[in-house]
Amino acid sequence: MVSITYIEANGTAHRVEVAPGLTVMEGARDNGVPGIHADCGGACACSTCHVYVAAEWIDRLPPRDEIEQDMLEFAWEPDAERSRLTCQIKVTPELDGLIVTLPERQA
Amino acid sequence: MTEMLETTAPIVVIGAGQAGLAAASKLRDLGHAGPLTLVGDEPEPPYQRPPLSKAYLLGEMARERLFLRPSAFYAERDLTLLTGRNATEIRRDERQVMLSDGSALPYQHLLLATGARPRLLPGPDLQGVLVMRSLADADRLAEAVRPGLRLLVIGGGYIGLEAAATAVKLGLQVTLVEAAPRILGRVAAVETSDYFRELHRAHGVDLREGVGLAHLTEAAGRVTGAVLTDGSHLPADLVVVGIGVLPNIELAQAAGLTCDNGISVDAYCRSSDPAIFAAGDCASFPWRNQRIRLESVGNAIDQAEVAATNMLGESCEYQAKPWFWSDQFDVKLQIAGLCGRHDRVVTRAGAGAGRSHWYFHGDRLEAVDAMNDPRVFMVAKRVLEGDRPVDAAFIADPANDLRALLAS
Ligand SMILES: Cc1cc2nc3c(=O)[nH]c(=O)nc-3n(C[C@H](O)[C@H](O)[C@H](O)COP(=O)(O)OP(=O)(O)OC[C@H]3O[C@@H](n4cnc5c(N)ncnc54)[C@H](O)[C@@H]3O)c2cc1C
Ligand code: FES
Repeated sequence: MVSITYIEANGTAHRVEVAPGLTVMEGARDNGVPGIHADCGGACACSTCHVYVAAEWIDRLPPRDEIEQDMLEFAWEPDAERSRLTCQIKVTPELDGLIVTLPERQA
Repeated sequence: MTEMLETTAPIVVIGAGQAGLAAASKLRDLGHAGPLTLVGDEPEPPYQRPPLSKAYLLGEMARERLFLRPSAFYAERDLTLLTGRNATEIRRDERQVMLSDGSALPYQHLLLATGARPRLLPGPDLQGVLVMRSLADADRLAEAVRPGLRLLVIGGGYIGLEAAATAVKLGLQVTLVEAAPRILGRVAAVETSDYFRELHRAHGVDLREGVGLAHLTEAAGRVTGAVLTDGSHLPADLVVVGIGVLPNIELAQAAGLTCDNGISVDAYCRSSDPAIFAAGDCASFPWRNQRIRLESVGNAIDQAEVAATNMLGESCEYQAKPWFWSDQFDVKLQIAGLCGRHDRVVTRAGAGAGRSHWYFHGDRLEAVDAMNDPRVFMVAKRVLEGDRPVDAAFIADPANDLRALLAS
């Protein structure tokens, strides 16, 4: 299992264990972390699974593809460096210890 | 007159799909603390349907990943999930729902989130003829597909086209027939139909428009092919029927609720009985001087959440913001707005393979189909939500930065 910490906009932290192979979005959904809506269920079509990745993790994640990049530009208050769509990040053992912060809103 | 609802009054939701689950979650989020029961006739807990014709059928997505909530969620939120049970009758005067297992559920407020079911072909059931709505349907199809088999898809709507694309990826030989003059005829402009026709043909789909099914052929109860309205005969090992859906309104009708291409609700998602609400694929609602019914995840979620809010005594109007997506081959289609009364379509070339079709009615933007162009989709969605003016000439020039549309 891979440990991921999701920090809500109000500071509440959820440290949960996620199985490799799922996405970071599914890790939140399956552990009842509020604040990630994921309306499209991971199809990279809605941008409501947006988070800010902790600075030290930016370069340790596989880069965004073009579609994710474009969707993010119009997400709620995106950050050029730290914003990611969690449905596009596959959980792998290398992600153990990942920390992401949720935006105040998703749309 | 709005009736004040105590947050402890019993609420029943019929239909444990996308809308039913969204409403139940929202009720708890809003502080409803009374008995809350979600009744569904399928054996599974609420799951997402879009991957059924896409990643799930392709074998790229495990079954557990379809579920909208983990199983622990229901106990944690004190939500009674009754699966594998049908609501058979609504006794409005007693405010009770009767279930197929013989039990009765009392309610103060009731939500109908019964969804829709596939239209079927007339005639007896044949082996090898399948539809695409439920997880059970997808499992049946996944079981039947084998590389090299000949698949006939009947109907060129989004479900039929997605099934065709997935089947090609799985190595089947696919023919798709559409009785109307063009695929996507009811939901998209000619330009979008042209785009997807070309896409499918380029991937080897034998796509035929303006030709319908006369009848299927069979041997010993198993489908062997089809005779088309042009007299041609097509052999087939499998047939997928994607000719649209019918809203599940029978329960509402039998209870005397007003129905009109769906369970009729007002702007507050209330049916003709103020104690009963409806949302999702089963509900027809007022939208710009007409009554429409949407079949999309976005609508199911948003409408269900508004219904939930109003069940607790609020008076929120449902402002539909139609949007949809579809994945076929290497194309991600995202649609903002609703196709229906456009008189002009402007094509915009995007970066790389991107392309978009902008539907105008006079000067007013009605909808946008974005193919591999998510920026266009995101901008268009906001433009439509804000009802901002859009200059067609500006759109048509790919050098213009669309962000300007949001700044005005
Ligand atoms: C293969 C497929 C692909 C799709 N792809 C997309 C897509 O890419 N994007 C998109 O936006 N939308 C897509 N959709 C549409 C989307 O899935 C639906 O709009 C959405 O599921 C509607 O939610 P709902 O809750 O209204 O209905 P449903 O999800 O159908 O749920 C209704 C539930 O109620 C149950 N029910 C009915 N009557 C009773 C009763 N009397 N008692 C108990 N239970 C009952 C039904 O069996 C069902 O389980 C797709 C649909 C399908 C089938
Ligand atoms: S869940 Fe919709 S974009 Fe990630």
